[in-house]
Amino acid sequence: MAVVRPAPDLLARRLLFFTGKGGVGKSTVAAATALLAAEHGKRVLLVEVDAKGNLTDLFEQPPVGFEPREVHPGVLAMTMDTEASLREYLKLNLRMPVFGRIGPVARVFEFVATAAPGVKEILTVGKICWDVREIVEGRSDVDLVVVDAAATGHIVAQLGAADSIRELVDVGPVRQQTEWMSELLCDPAITAVNVVTTPEEMPVAETIELVERVRRELSVPLGTVVVNRVLPELFTHTDEATFEALREPEPSRLLERRTGAGVTAVLDAARLAVSLRRTRAAHLMHLLDTVDLPLLYVPYLFVRDHGLRVTRMVADALGEELGL
Amino acid sequence: MTPRRTVAPAPQGLEQLLAAKEIAVFCGSGGVGKTSAAAAAALMASVRLGGRVLVLTIDPARRLATALGIEGLGNLAHQVPVEALKGAGFEPRGELWAAMLDTKQSWDDLVLRHAPDEQTAYRILENRLYHNLTARFVQSHDYIAMERLYEIHASGEYDLIVVDTPPTRNAIDFLEAPRRMADFFGGRLLRWLTLPYRMGGKRGSRVLNVASRPFYQIADRVLGSKFLEDIAEFFLNFQSMYDGFVERATAVERLLHDRRTTFTVVTTLEAAPLREAEVFCEELAKREFHLGALVLNKTLPDYLLDGDADEAAGALCDDAPALAAELAALDGEDLAEPARTARVLRTVGESFRNFEVVAKREAELRAELSRVPEVVARVPSFEDDIADVDGLARIGRHLFSEPGR
Repeated sequence: MAVVRPAPDLLARRLLFFTGKGGVGKSTVAAATALLAAEHGKRVLLVEVDAKGNLTDLFEQPPVGFEPREVHPGVLAMTMDTEASLREYLKLNLRMPVFGRIGPVARVFEFVATAAPGVKEILTVGKICWDVREIVEGRSDVDLVVVDAAATGHIVAQLGAADSIRELVDVGPVRQQTEWMSELLCDPAITAVNVVTTPEEMPVAETIELVERVRRELSVPLGTVVVNRVLPELFTHTDEATFEALREPEPSRLLERRTGAGVTAVLDAARLAVSLRRTRAAHLMHLLDTVDLPLLYVPYLFVRDHGLRVTRMVADALGEELGL
Repeated sequence: MTPRRTVAPAPQGLEQLLAAKEIAVFCGSGGVGKTSAAAAAALMASVRLGGRVLVLTIDPARRLATALGIEGLGNLAHQVPVEALKGAGFEPRGELWAAMLDTKQSWDDLVLRHAPDEQTAYRILENRLYHNLTARFVQSHDYIAMERLYEIHASGEYDLIVVDTPPTRNAIDFLEAPRRMADFFGGRLLRWLTLPYRMGGKRGSRVLNVASRPFYQIADRVLGSKFLEDIAEFFLNFQSMYDGFVERATAVERLLHDRRTTFTVVTTLEAAPLREAEVFCEELAKREFHLGALVLNKTLPDYLLDGDADEAAGALCDDAPALAAELAALDGEDLAEPARTARVLRTVGESFRNFEVVAKREAELRAELSRVPEVVARVPSFEDDIADVDGLARIGRHLFSEPGR
């Protein structure tokens, strides 16, 4: 399928968020983007925010913690941990070294952070912004931060955390911090939020809703919509007429005689493939009509396994879509 | 299927399971079709088992909400018209009702019910932290869903309530939501945190104990003390609801453990959702909830695993030109061009083999399932979206193991 709108030079940015409805392959697309960037000579930090702890499976590597580790040449991975982020923040900003666990303070922190809006989010986004600022100001050996971000339901709260905190906190260092964070997040030369979807009803509906919400409530720039698991178009219009003719009694009897009784199932499977593709194409058209962002297509992969091979296939597909 | 199922004495179906329960909680990771499965199960229960059946959905697709007639209704339940069920080929024995969960409305109701007086209730409802807490705090959705379930069950209006669960980041979160809420508002931590404010102290006259001092020192420097005061005020107000709230959370938890309640885990046969489903089944068992059924949703048809079909697909690919020539000899202009026919035959064969790979992967994953409840239902992948009562009926017939019509 052709790219309808020119895709932006995504890999030239410094901070790429990938969000999307649960189950659409957000982590795979984020990992594949990191791999693609690494294969184009960049050093990438891949951050897993919604700690399911299986992002590194996509590189066939054991899990990582808050401390980044190289999981593939050029790809460092880390898992977000708000308490570790707080500890790092205190050490760097207030020169308050905190060794080991923060003890009872950590429990209170956990408690306040769970109850008060934006605290966990700001520690997540804050840590990410910190790393990006190091890049922008030339103090980092990393070129790009790729975030396997929160799902559509939570991403606006996360990206808007700096603003929420500003509304609540009138003074203090946190307020000042949120100002430079907002600047980084809202700079289209630095940041892009990408939405991953599949050509199905609910993922498409959530994508449309999210794009509208981000535009309405945030000033964070949107990048692309990545459409994952796009089924191949089996037939052209005339070829489909031929296919339908094969299912007529006489041709199917001939095929059965020549190739065995199993051919009926083979024809049924093709029929299923055509229908699935057609239903999904309608959702895709709706997306295309409603959202004016560049769409990147990743084909449905008919493969058995997961892991690095699949990540590479998705990276290749993205590379092709981005004209790399 | 697993050997365990074939040796089980009388294999039960979802129908028998639902007949014996009052609450069925449908859970699983996002995107597996939980909402449709829950609605379909409720539909089947209402037409086959009779009685009043309610499906409580959290976030249905708009067309499904429209089909059920609950779009824009907030917390109100609505009866799905009997004509719609008859139109789908049923002679309904009971009534099917549907309701959506309005998180904010439900929280407000809860506050109004538990606050000691109206003034406190409105102070809480108008607090900006309250809005943030109920709207953004992810676990609050989990809790309120369970709380609403309790409320509806206690009303005694329905014979069976089928609940769709919120899309949690971690599927087990909502199981812990009632206890966590009770801990949250009843905890020593909260009392400890609000201590300096309860002592009547504004800034400066705070009485801090040794343990909390470092926290306030850090918090002051990081957040500013105004923010802390806001938090404390909110919690002080909220704490006035403590008794009612904790009592309720405990009752909700008890209801989920009740023998009248069962859990159904929904998953697709993809690696990630399936792994989550397995963890979920284990967690349910560990916490002594009743794991009643597993629904394998959107599975590919069995004919993709058929050996004869595989051979035929191979023959279509390999002998395409010869077959095309023979087909051209038949009547009909659509087969008159051998080159085109050969191309189509190859495409058909290759497409089969593509889907066969995925079907084999599914079969392997299914075989690897370690902990399986007695009832396992399989629902095929439908060619089109489920957007109406007919569609739900199609899913429902598979859930109740009567796919033929």
